[in-house]
Amino acid sequence: MKVDVTKLGYREVNEKLRECGSECTLTGCLGQRFIAAGMADREITIEGTPGNALGAYLNGADINVCGNAQDAVGDTMNAGRIVVHGNIGDAAGYAMRGGKIFVQGNAGYRAGIHMKAYKEKVPVMVIGGSCGSFLGEYQAGGVIVVLGLTKPGDPERKIVGNFPCTGMHGGKLYLRSNGEGIAFPWQVTAKPAEEEDLAQIREYVKEYCELFGCDEAEVMNAPFTVVTPDSRNPYKQLYVAN
Amino acid sequence: MAVMREGDIRIPSGCAIAAVISKEGNKMSGQAIMESMKPMHDRSNGLGGGFAGYGIYPEYKDYYALHLFFDCRATRKECEAFLKERFEVVKGELIPTRKIPEITDEPIIWRYFVAPLRSVLADLQLDEKEFVARTVMKINTEMNGAYVFSSGKNMGTFKAVGFPEDVGRFYMLDEYEGYCWTAHGRYPTNTPGWWGGAHPFTLLDYSVVHNGEISSYDANRRFIEMFGYKCNLQTDTEVITYILDYLLRVQGLTLTEAANVIAAPFWSTIEGKTDEYEKKKLQYLRTVFPSLLVTGPFSIVLGFDGGLMALNDRLKLRSMVVGEKDDKVYIASEEAAIRVMEPDVTNIWAPAGGEPVIVTVKEGAY
Repeated sequence: MKVDVTKLGYREVNEKLRECGSECTLTGCLGQRFIAAGMADREITIEGTPGNALGAYLNGADINVCGNAQDAVGDTMNAGRIVVHGNIGDAAGYAMRGGKIFVQGNAGYRAGIHMKAYKEKVPVMVIGGSCGSFLGEYQAGGVIVVLGLTKPGDPERKIVGNFPCTGMHGGKLYLRSNGEGIAFPWQVTAKPAEEEDLAQIREYVKEYCELFGCDEAEVMNAPFTVVTPDSRNPYKQLYVAN
Repeated sequence: MAVMREGDIRIPSGCAIAAVISKEGNKMSGQAIMESMKPMHDRSNGLGGGFAGYGIYPEYKDYYALHLFFDCRATRKECEAFLKERFEVVKGELIPTRKIPEITDEPIIWRYFVAPLRSVLADLQLDEKEFVARTVMKINTEMNGAYVFSSGKNMGTFKAVGFPEDVGRFYMLDEYEGYCWTAHGRYPTNTPGWWGGAHPFTLLDYSVVHNGEISSYDANRRFIEMFGYKCNLQTDTEVITYILDYLLRVQGLTLTEAANVIAAPFWSTIEGKTDEYEKKKLQYLRTVFPSLLVTGPFSIVLGFDGGLMALNDRLKLRSMVVGEKDDKVYIASEEAAIRVMEPDVTNIWAPAGGEPVIVTVKEGAY
C-alpha cells in the first residue's frame, strides 16, 4: 500500500504505518522523525528524506530508504533491518543492540557509537563508503564493517576520519583498508584481518552486495584491518587509580 | 514596564539553523528560508525564531540600518534624541509587521537608517564601524528598555519569541529580497526566551545563528569583555558574535584563521600535519588566542557583507548539511530543510568538525 505523507507530522506518519499492515510505501517523506519507531513484522519503503531517529527502537521491521537518511538511524534498535540507498548522517546505530543496518554510501560522525551485544543479540552495521570521525566510539559489542567503496568521480576521501574506536571495549570493527595512516587509541588492537576474521563478515558483505548490486568477490579481494579492544578492561586507571 | 532581560534564570536544548546564498548575488524573497524551517519545527519550542537578510535595503545601502526594540514610547523618544546627537538619521520608521495570533506581546519595533556625524567621528578619532559598534554596546548596556538587534549596512535581522515560520510571517519577510538569508529556530536551554535573546545575534554586518550550547562561555566572555564588548544576555551566541567581530574586524584575521581559533584542531591533529607552514600557523593561532577556543557543541552560520561561513565545533557535536544547485548554496541542520528550498539539490555533504564552509558572492554583485 502506498501512502503520501507530505506535510504530515511524525505521529500521523506512524499512525498511517500501523494502519497499513504488513507492507507499506511512504511517499513525499520530508524530515519526519521517529518513523517506524519500535515497529515489528512489516516491510516499509520510504521515498523522500526521512527525519532523525529513523527506526528508533526498531523491533523486527524491515525498512528500505530510497535516498539519504539523517541523524541517529536505528537509535537503540533491537531487531530488524534498515537499508539506506544513499548516505546517512551522524550517530547511526546509536546504542543498537540487535538487527542490521546497511548503508550504500557514506556515514557521518560517530557511526556505531555504543553498539552493544547480549547473548544471541549481535547487531551489525555495514557502511559501503567512508565514515567521519569517532567511528565505533565506545563500541561495546556487535560488528561494524566499513568498505570504503567509491564511485568513479567521487572526491578522494579517507575511509575513516580522526579518532576511530575511542573508548572501544567490546565487539569488532572491520575496515577494508591496510590501516595505513589511521591512528587508533592504544587501548585497541588493529591488525590485518585473517581468514577466520573475514569468515565472520562474509555473510554481511554478501548481503550488502546483493542489496546494492556489487561483486562480492571483488569487494572481499582487498586487505581488511580488524580492530578489537585489548582486554576486558582496557580503561582501568584511565580516570582513577583502581 | 521594563523589558524583561535574560539571565536571571537558567533553564536546562536543540535548535535549527538554515541558510541560503546566491554566489551570483541574485535576489531571493524570504519565502524559501521561512519554508525551510517547517520540517525542522520540532527542533524549536516556540521561544525564539529569527532571520537575517543581506542585500535587503539597496535604497539605503550606504547607511547603517539600526533595528531596535523599545519597551515604551518614552524610551523610543529618549533613544532617538541620543541617536540624533551622534548620527544623521535619514529615515526612522516602524518595522512593518503582520498581526497574527501566534506572535504576541511584541515590543515597539523600529528601524533607523543612519550615518555617523563626521564631527563626532573626528572628535572621538574613531573609524566609522568602531563608533557604530560602541554606540550599539552603549545603548544595549545603559539604556533600559531599548535594545539594538541589528546594526549593519544593507542587511537586517528580524527576530521574536515564537516559532521561526511564524516569526517570518510576522515580519512579512516574503516582501523582502536579499542575496543571502540565514534562519534560526530556538530551543533555549539556559535562559528564558526574550525577543532580544532570539537569534541571529548581530554586530555591524556580522550575524550569527547557532545550534548548540558552548561550555567555554565564561572563559570566552571574560577575555572578550577586556576589549570593550559587553555580554548583556548571558547567551553563548552573543559571545560567539563578538569573538568573530574581534577576530575578523579588529584583528584582521581571515575567515579560515578565525575558524581555526574558535574550532581549533586538537594538538594531536596539528602534530600530524605534514605541511610545515600550516602546522606553524595552527600552533600560532592556538597559542595567541587560547581563550577564544570555543568548546562544547555548536554549529553556526556567520553572515557578513557579501558572504557567509558555516562551521561546526571540532568534535562535531551538532549536525550540519550543505548542498548546492546552480548559483545557490544551501546549509541547514537537516537535509530535509534543504530539500524544501531546492528539491533537486545536488552535491549534499556534511562538513567535518572544525572545517569552515565559506561562500562569497561574486565581487560587484552585492
